[in-house]
Amino acid sequence: MGTDQYHEPASELPAPTRTFARLCASLTEEAEAIGWYEQRLAIEPDRDARAIMRDAQGEEFKHFSMDLEFLLRRSPLWREIAEGILFQQGDIVEHGEEAEEEAVEGEAARGAPLSTGESLGIGSLKGGPS
Amino acid sequence: MSVSHLLRERAPITEAGWDRLDDEARERVVPALAARKLVDFAGPQGWRYSATNLGRTDRIADGPEGIEAQVRRVMPLVEARAPFTLARSELADADRGAEDIDLEELDAAAVRIATAENAAVFHGWSAAGITGIAEASTHDPFPLGEDCERYPRHVAKAVDTLRGAGIEGPYGMALGPAAHTNVLETSQHGGYPLLEHLREILGGPLVWAPGVEGAVVLSTGGGHFLFESGQDLAIGYASHDAQSVQLYLEESFSFRVATPEAAVALTP
Repeated sequence: MGTDQYHEPASELPAPTRTFARLCASLTEEAEAIGWYEQRLAIEPDRDARAIMRDAQGEEFKHFSMDLEFLLRRSPLWREIAEGILFQQGDIVEHGEEAEEEAVEGEAARGAPLSTGESLGIGSLKGGPS
Repeated sequence: MSVSHLLRERAPITEAGWDRLDDEARERVVPALAARKLVDFAGPQGWRYSATNLGRTDRIADGPEGIEAQVRRVMPLVEARAPFTLARSELADADRGAEDIDLEELDAAAVRIATAENAAVFHGWSAAGITGIAEASTHDPFPLGEDCERYPRHVAKAVDTLRGAGIEGPYGMALGPAAHTNVLETSQHGGYPLLEHLREILGGPLVWAPGVEGAVVLSTGGGHFLFESGQDLAIGYASHDAQSVQLYLEESFSFRVATPEAAVALTP
C-alpha cells in the first residue's frame, strides 16, 4: 500500500510519471471493484442489498471511466489506439490490430514525439529531486 | 520498423548497445538539466513541430485593396545538436559484457547540451530568438558576491522582491556551478548546512545549473516561464567508418518568459 504502485524508485521518477502511475493504479483498483460487485451481485438473493450493490458498482464504472479518460488525455498514442477499439461494432481483436498499426505508423509519419525507445524520455523534471 | 530522422537503425550498434548509450546519456544529462526542474515544460510535440504559437499578429499594411490582413507571430524552435564520436571497439566490448567502456565523449556531449539548454533559458540565445529569464527580469540584478555566508541574505532579499511584486511561490533557484560548490562546502554556525538553509528560505528547489552565471531566483508557481519541446533529447546517428561511429544528442525547443517580474538575477 502507499507507494507500491511504483515499479521504479519514486525519487527517480518525474512528477508527471508519478501521477500517471497513480492513476494507472487507481484504474486497476476500480476494475477490481467492478469485478467484485459483479460476483456479489451474482449470488446475493436480497433485493435491497442487490440494489445497493448495483448502485455502488455504477460508481465504480464512473471512477474507472474518469481514470481512463485522464490517462488517455496524457498518452496520445494510447488514445489513438483506444479510439479504434472502443465503442466500435465488430471484431474486437481485428480493430485492435488495425488501430495499433495505424496509430504507430501515423505517429512516425507525422514526426510525432518519438517513442520512448528512441528518445531519452526525459520530459519535465519539475517536482523531482533537485 | 519505421526509420525516424535519427537514423538509429542505420548505425552499427546493437539493440543492447543503444540501451547502454541511452541509459548513459540519461544518467549524465538529467542532473545537469536545471531549467526543466524549475520552469514549465510542454510537449514533446515531435520533430516536425516548427514553431510555438504566440497568439499575436502583425498587421500587413500592403495588401490587396479592400482586404485587411495580418500575419501570425510565432516563435521558431531551435534545433540543438551535440555531436560525439565513439570507438566501435568499445561498443563491441560492451556487447561482450564489458562494464567499463569509454563513453567520455557521450558524457561530455550530454553536459554540453544540458548546459546550452540552461544557458538559453536563463541567459537567452539571441541568434535563436530566445530571451532568457535573467535578461527579461524587470527587477534590478544584485551581486551574489564571493562570500557565501551572505547568500542567505541575498536569497531572502530576492524572495522578498518577488513577493513584493505580487509573485507567489514556491520559489526556486538555479545556482551556477562555482557558487553551488561553495554552498555545498559551507556549514553555518552550529554546523547547519547552508544548502538546507537556502532551501528553507526558497520553499522550493535549489538546483545545480551548469550554464548559469551567478544565480537566478524565480517563482516555480507555473505559467511564468514556458519551455516547449519539439523533439525531446535523443541520440541520433550521423555516420561511421571502420573505427568509429559518429553520433549526436539532439533536441528542438523554444522558450519564452510570460512573467518577467517573476525572477531576480543574482550576478556573480
